[in-house]
Amino acid sequence: MSMVGDAISHSVLPGIVIAFFITGSMQSVWMLVGAGVLGVFTTFLIEFLHRQGKIQTDASIGVTFTWLFALGVILVTYYAGNTHIDQDCILHGEIAYVPIDLLYTSSGYPVGPKAVIVLSVLLVLILFFVIAFYKEISITTFDPSYAQSIGISTGKWHYLLMGFVSLTTVASFESVGAILVVAFLISPAASAYLLTTDLRYMLLLGAVFGVISAVGGYFLAYWTNGSIAGAMVTVSGVIFAICYLIVRLRK
Amino acid sequence: MIIQSENPALEVHDLTVSYDKKPVLWGVDFTIPKGALCGVIGPNGAGKSTLIKAIMQLIDIDSGYIKLFDRELDAVRKKVSYVPQRESVDWDFPASVMDVVLMGRYANLGLFKSPRKADKEAALKALELVGMESFRKRQISQLSGGQQQRIFLARSLTQNADMYLLDEPFAGVDAATEKAIVEILKNLADEGKTIIVVHHNLQSVENYFDWVLLLNLRLIASGPTKKVFTPALLEETYGGKLTLLAEVSELVKKGEFKAREKH
Repeated sequence: MSMVGDAISHSVLPGIVIAFFITGSMQSVWMLVGAGVLGVFTTFLIEFLHRQGKIQTDASIGVTFTWLFALGVILVTYYAGNTHIDQDCILHGEIAYVPIDLLYTSSGYPVGPKAVIVLSVLLVLILFFVIAFYKEISITTFDPSYAQSIGISTGKWHYLLMGFVSLTTVASFESVGAILVVAFLISPAASAYLLTTDLRYMLLLGAVFGVISAVGGYFLAYWTNGSIAGAMVTVSGVIFAICYLIVRLRK
Repeated sequence: MIIQSENPALEVHDLTVSYDKKPVLWGVDFTIPKGALCGVIGPNGAGKSTLIKAIMQLIDIDSGYIKLFDRELDAVRKKVSYVPQRESVDWDFPASVMDVVLMGRYANLGLFKSPRKADKEAALKALELVGMESFRKRQISQLSGGQQQRIFLARSLTQNADMYLLDEPFAGVDAATEKAIVEILKNLADEGKTIIVVHHNLQSVENYFDWVLLLNLRLIASGPTKKVFTPALLEETYGGKLTLLAEVSELVKKGEFKAREKH
C-alpha cells in the first residue's frame, strides 16, 4: 500500500507534462487534473498487471511506475527543456519559492501563495473524505471480499483513495519534490503505526508527526542553512527512529 | 448422485467457472434445502472456495445462474452473510476486535452514518455468543487463529442473516473453537437458517452436517449426509489422491463404513 503511494508520486510526471502541453500554462489546477488522471491510471495498471498478468504486486508496481516516470522524464527533457518544468523542480522541489509564487484574482490582486491555497482546499476535501467515509475506506482496506459481499464496492473506494493520494502527491511535489513526498506519505504514518493499534489515533498521530516534521525541519534548515525539504524529511526520519526505540525498549 | 430438494434456499444451476480458460467448476447443478447445515467436501483445488465466491458474486462466472431464496443475490444481500477464509486478510491492520465485529453492521448503516448504540449492542451480543466478549478491546494482531475465526463468525452473526456461507472456518483452529463454532452453526440451522461450510476433515463430516456436497471440479454428489457420504462416492470424489484415500481407508478400518463393495 505504501509503495503504491511511492509509485504514484513518480508516475504522475507524464500527466503533468501532458497537461502542460495541452493548456500551455503552469496553472496548478490543470497540472492537478493531469496528475490526478495519471495517478488513477497508475493504480488501474498496477491492479491490471497483478490480476490479469498474474505477476506479484511489488513487481507490477515496479514495472508500472518506473515506466511511466521514464516516459515523463523523456517528455520533460525533449519538449519542455526551456520552461519551468525541469527535472530538478520535479525531483527536488523548492519550498523556499512558495511565498513568491502568488495566486492572483482576475483583477490582479494577490490572494496568497498558490501552493498554500491549493493545498488548503485539498486538505478540506481530504478531511471530508476520510471522516465521512471512514467506515467504507477501512472495511475495503481490511477485508475487501467481505466488503464486497455486503454490497460495498471495493473498486470504487480503492480508486477514490488512490485518486486522493495522487492529488496530494501532485499538489505537494512543487514544494518538496516527488521523492520527498514519498517520505511524507509514509514515514509519519509508519511512526504512528508503531505507537498505536487504533486506526483513528493512528491517523491523528500521523498528522501530528507530519506537522512536527514540517515545522521542526524548517528550523533545522534555518539553523544549518541547508535544504528545507531535506531537513523536514530528516526530522520525520528522526521521529520514526525515536518511535521505533520507544517500542523496542517497552518490550 | 444428486438429490434435489423442494423449495430450496439455494439453487445453483449449470454453473461453470474458470481461471485463465482452465475450468475450476464444471456444470455444477444442485439445490440445498432451507435450514440445512451443509458441508462442501472435496480435495484441494476441487473448487470449493470458488463455489462460495461464485455464489457471493466475488468472481465472474462463465455460465449458469445462482438463486438464493429464489432471487438474485442483489435482492437478498442483507439476508446472506459470508465468512471469508481467515488467511485472506492482514491481521496486522490497526483495529480492535470490536472494530472488526462492528463491520458486520456496515451494510445496514449506509453512507455518512456511524455505528449507534444498537449496533454496538448487537456486536457485543455476537461476541458473547462466540465467547469473546472479554476480548472486545484487544488488538486483532494479538489473537490466535481460533480467536480470529471466532470474531469473523461474530461479525457475520451481527448481520442476522438467513443464510451463512463459511469458507474453511475450521482451518488451523484449536479443537475448542471448532466445537464452539459447530455448536453455534447447529443452533442457527435449528432456527431454520441455511448454513454452507467448506470443510476438509472427513472424520467429522457425519457429526457436523446433515447435507453434503461432494465436489471435484464437477459435482459428484449432493444430498442428505446418510445417503451421499458413502465410500463409493468419496472414492469417486478423491480419485487417485493417495493421502486422502488413506484417510478414507482409516475410516473403513475404524468400522464406520462397511468394507468397500467394488474392487
